[in-house]
Amino acid sequence: MSVNTEWKPKIVAFCCNWCSYAGADLAGSSRLSYPADVKIIRIPCSCRLNPLFILRAFQRGADGVILCGCHPGDCHYSTGNYYARRRMTLLFSMLSYLGIDSRRTRVEWVSAAEGPKFAATMNDFAKTITELGENVKLGDLRCKEN
Amino acid sequence: MQRELIDRIRALMDEGVATRVLGWKKGEFFYDTEPAILTAEQLDQLVYDSFCGPNLSKYLIQEMPKLEGKIIALIKPCDSYSFNQLCTEHRVDREKVYVIGVGCKGKIDVDKLRARGITGITAIDEDGDTLTVHTLYGDETVNRHEVLLNKCLTCKGKEHRVFDEQIGESEDTSAGADRFDMVKKLEAMTAQERFEFWRGELSKCIRCNACRNVCPACSCVKCVFDNPNTGVQNKAAADDFEENMFHIIRAFHVAGRCTDCGECSRVCPQGIPLHLLNRKFIADIDDLYGEYQAGEEIGQRHPVINYTQEDCEPSVVRERGNQA
Ligand code: SF4
Ligand code: SF4
Ligand code: SF4
Ligand code: FES
Repeated sequence: MSVNTEWKPKIVAFCCNWCSYAGADLAGSSRLSYPADVKIIRIPCSCRLNPLFILRAFQRGADGVILCGCHPGDCHYSTGNYYARRRMTLLFSMLSYLGIDSRRTRVEWVSAAEGPKFAATMNDFAKTITELGENVKLGDLRCKEN
Repeated sequence: MQRELIDRIRALMDEGVATRVLGWKKGEFFYDTEPAILTAEQLDQLVYDSFCGPNLSKYLIQEMPKLEGKIIALIKPCDSYSFNQLCTEHRVDREKVYVIGVGCKGKIDVDKLRARGITGITAIDEDGDTLTVHTLYGDETVNRHEVLLNKCLTCKGKEHRVFDEQIGESEDTSAGADRFDMVKKLEAMTAQERFEFWRGELSKCIRCNACRNVCPACSCVKCVFDNPNTGVQNKAAADDFEENMFHIIRAFHVAGRCTDCGECSRVCPQGIPLHLLNRKFIADIDDLYGEYQAGEEIGQRHPVINYTQEDCEPSVVRERGNQA
């Protein structure tokens, strides 16, 4: 796919409050750069992520959606991310079954101390999404501009 | 068998086991069979024949708060899974239901008769595997197995998973079919082919909500699709991702609880193969978290509300290949 130089990917990153959001903070305060097109949405725990949120993000024009949470075993609520892990696996598999590229969805575990990992993850994800190009399969006509 | 059933229910009512029965009665046409709750006086309306496809389990939910004693429920082998699942979810109280496990030899799909050009159907006689269909234009004979409901062709087996007593004979109808056939076929397609397949199917949806309303797993007190603030409560714009949204969300909500009863596909007026969505979840669950059948026993904890520390990472979807 030819990459339009004008086009920049829109990425939504759902980050759990206790680890990954703090990780993002650390990346920021350590002046590590990651793409400005990554829009972070803070959630209380990775398992707060209702699958509908992901679909809605895509529908409203996101090109990629990533969920970041505490490492398995480190969830602030003990087990939230274990549940999230199963749910996301099943959801991603379903999306792929419907013909949606599974590279557009991702889960990464990022702790509060892992500022560099956060930045690297976002850079890598943004690169993947840029290569994949604009997401046309999941758009919503009503949300299209003009 | 219908006679035997009615007599037995009457005897049970006389004994004071229950005052009402959940069964089927005839609708407008003889092949229209609808769920019905009948009292002793209405018992003669009860039917049990080859058109009793509808799964009754869900109708027990609304009866629960009204009950003082018990209600008798007629449960086919496939429906017994749904019944158990509803008990597990505390929507139905096992103690309040007297379950008669009714035998099943597969139920007939009138649409399949129509698809063979048989119209003006006035009556059907059954003799073993041979159906004699009487129509306005003469009689036709059909092999019974060829016009069974799709769900009967992939029946999970004729064993009642729950019952207080059993009446009637059952017969295997699945003939060793692999219910994951189509799922595997779809998985083997390219992503673009799958996308087009589902866009083609799902864009036929008129959002009548019949699939949700009939589904025993879809028994939430407040359904997300009734909430006007979600923006997914009615028909989507054509050629739009929202056409898929309802289906993905509904399939996801019932993942792990779907017993593969096949009701959703049976009632869809647009003929959308909805069971292929649910079966994909079942196939994935079996594959990734170990084989699981919802509704096998009361009190199971299903895999989507469970975990192990060793579970695979979501990246497994990418790694399995053919996902792009
Ligand atoms: S989703 Fe379909 S097959 Fe599954 S329980 Fe509901 S009606 Fe039955
Ligand atoms: S679609 Fe979801 S919220 Fe609605 S009844 Fe089914 S499971 Fe419940
Ligand atoms: S029954 Fe069929 S047409 Fe009706 S909402 Fe469900 S999928 Fe759509
Ligand atoms: S609190 Fe971070 S994943 Fe649960």
